[in-house]
Amino acid sequence: MTEPLLRVRDLKTYFVTEQGSGTARAVDGVSFEVQPGETLGIVGESGCGKTVTSLSILRLIPEPPGHIRPGSVIEFEGRNLLTLEPRELRAIRGNQIAMIFQEPMTSLNPVFTVGDQIAEAAIVHQGLSRRVARTRAIDMLRLVGIADPEERVDHYPHQMSGGMRQRVMIGMALVCHPKLLIADEPTTALDVTIQAQILELLDRLQAELGMAVMLITHDLGVVAGSADRVAVMYAGQVVEQAPTAALFARPLHPYTEGLLASVPRLDAPPAREHGRLHSIPGQVPAATAWPDGCRFHPRCPYAWERCRAEMPPLLDAGGEGEPGTHTVRCWLLTEPRRRTPHP
Amino acid sequence: MPALVDVQGLVKHFPGERALLGLGRPRAVVRAVDDVSFAIAPGETLGLVGESGCGKSTVGRAILRLIEPDAGRVTIDGQDVVALGARPLRALRRRMQIVFQDPYGSLNPRMTVRQMLAEPLAIHRIASGADAQRRIAALLEEVGLDPSFAQSYAHELSGGQRQRVGIARALSVEPHFLVLDEPVSALDVSIQAQVLNLLAELQRGRRLTYLFIAHDLAVVRHIADHVAVMYLGKIVERAPAPALYAGPRHPYTTSLLSAVPVPDPKAQRQRIVLAGDVPSPAHPPPGCPFHPRCPHPKKDARCRTEPPALREVAPGQLAACHFAEQPL
Repeated sequence: MTEPLLRVRDLKTYFVTEQGSGTARAVDGVSFEVQPGETLGIVGESGCGKTVTSLSILRLIPEPPGHIRPGSVIEFEGRNLLTLEPRELRAIRGNQIAMIFQEPMTSLNPVFTVGDQIAEAAIVHQGLSRRVARTRAIDMLRLVGIADPEERVDHYPHQMSGGMRQRVMIGMALVCHPKLLIADEPTTALDVTIQAQILELLDRLQAELGMAVMLITHDLGVVAGSADRVAVMYAGQVVEQAPTAALFARPLHPYTEGLLASVPRLDAPPAREHGRLHSIPGQVPAATAWPDGCRFHPRCPYAWERCRAEMPPLLDAGGEGEPGTHTVRCWLLTEPRRRTPHP
Repeated sequence: MPALVDVQGLVKHFPGERALLGLGRPRAVVRAVDDVSFAIAPGETLGLVGESGCGKSTVGRAILRLIEPDAGRVTIDGQDVVALGARPLRALRRRMQIVFQDPYGSLNPRMTVRQMLAEPLAIHRIASGADAQRRIAALLEEVGLDPSFAQSYAHELSGGQRQRVGIARALSVEPHFLVLDEPVSALDVSIQAQVLNLLAELQRGRRLTYLFIAHDLAVVRHIADHVAVMYLGKIVERAPAPALYAGPRHPYTTSLLSAVPVPDPKAQRQRIVLAGDVPSPAHPPPGCPFHPRCPHPKKDARCRTEPPALREVAPGQLAACHFAEQPL
């Protein structure tokens, strides 16, 4: 196996809550790797820690109230980003690692033209002159599929539609040809026909530029179409990690299984014919009070005493590939016969 | 059976605002809803689907007269909604209610759940005192919340719990007809399924009629008996749900269906990626409003000049496309 581009090991990002009601353990021992050129999908619902994970990688966590616990490791090409000097970090952030956010309206500055905003990173990181950077901005607009780039380069964000603004965001992120693009819910705010355009654009750019992508989303349909591997997060932890095909063919964590079964889908007959749509009972617990033992046990249809008492580690699920290819944080792997739901 | 909700030729145009403190030239009129007609039988659900700005929410609000329609006839429970004066309209509001998308913005942060549920009971003189308390407890139970939630404020509730309170509030006056405006869009997938199941149970138990407004065709498929697809203020296709999902006749419906991501990496689908953005409803294209983005290989000069009428192309299935007989 090649050296990973990004290695996150035992990342813990905690927040001290305002009311003093304790510490929110938003990300609590997350480990994963991203290989050069691959797409890792990170899936989970609100509050699972997927966005805090990506902000931690870029060290964009506001301190206080947040802090990354000692012992956490975030290695990019072998260098621990958590111990870098601010100046060294700035040389990587926005240059070799870039990020696009969910909300293209609030992530663009309304008082600068889109051309200026795309050019800024190229001027800062690559020392280009304004004139050259402007040409680069026009090239980027063309690359992301915006018509009339020579004219659009002087437009302001409010003159553009949501889909075009997200294209501009992608252009900004890619202007320095990053090795890793972190895309946090890049299509969630967009209509479905525009979402299809943006996903297709990201696929094409990844193939052309050879970068790795960390795709953070709540939408299992989006990862199924775009990711090589998937990490499923629940309550601040990775609960299952597998190649995309294996995860969808053989979801082993009860949370993954429940999530997949709850998605209303177009490629299967409506569940109404059989009665109800599958749903996971209860709700995600608060980050200040994760349940003891396995954090999913209060909602799990299979849970037994051990799940309530002891937190399961990530266990190897076997299957194709070398050990550790498909891992699951669930005691069922040690006692598969218990995989029968309680009445 | 006569329809419970009958909408004919509904129109809502918003006047263009004058730029520059009212001194500039007036901007073009926004044709948010442009001649929309449909009917919903008692106990059934019509799914109204479309992308942002297509006018679907405006339809929902205009038929309840939360905004005044410019033209058209709306009949609910046999009463002409558009012609009603203020007092009979208020009485009719007991029969028609709305649940909003945003469970954060639509609940009063200064009121307890009990106060929010007691208010409609008092306004419509349905119950007060101990009777009201009994009804509130029963309503909470019906929407799957423990009656102890009556003491809670909105900020103490999760998104799913808030949406349940919004539903309980709409149900408190015992309506026959509910407009559900993106009721599960803001919720997580696992919670979405819970709320959809609740809505289906309530519909069966109370024989409710729903107008379910959504952008997500997969969600609508689970709840709707009929589906209407809107584009730029017009219905472009309307059909019984099984027919629409199995054989869409309008190229926009086909494109929308193909764009929905499917949670199956093995799915080999022919994805149609539409070019461009939805045009502004202030300047809809001439002819067929969908023609600039239409991927249909047969599209021709007629599409650019002649607006296609919404016509029946299969039993019960209506489509506004010159080539509906040769769907994509």
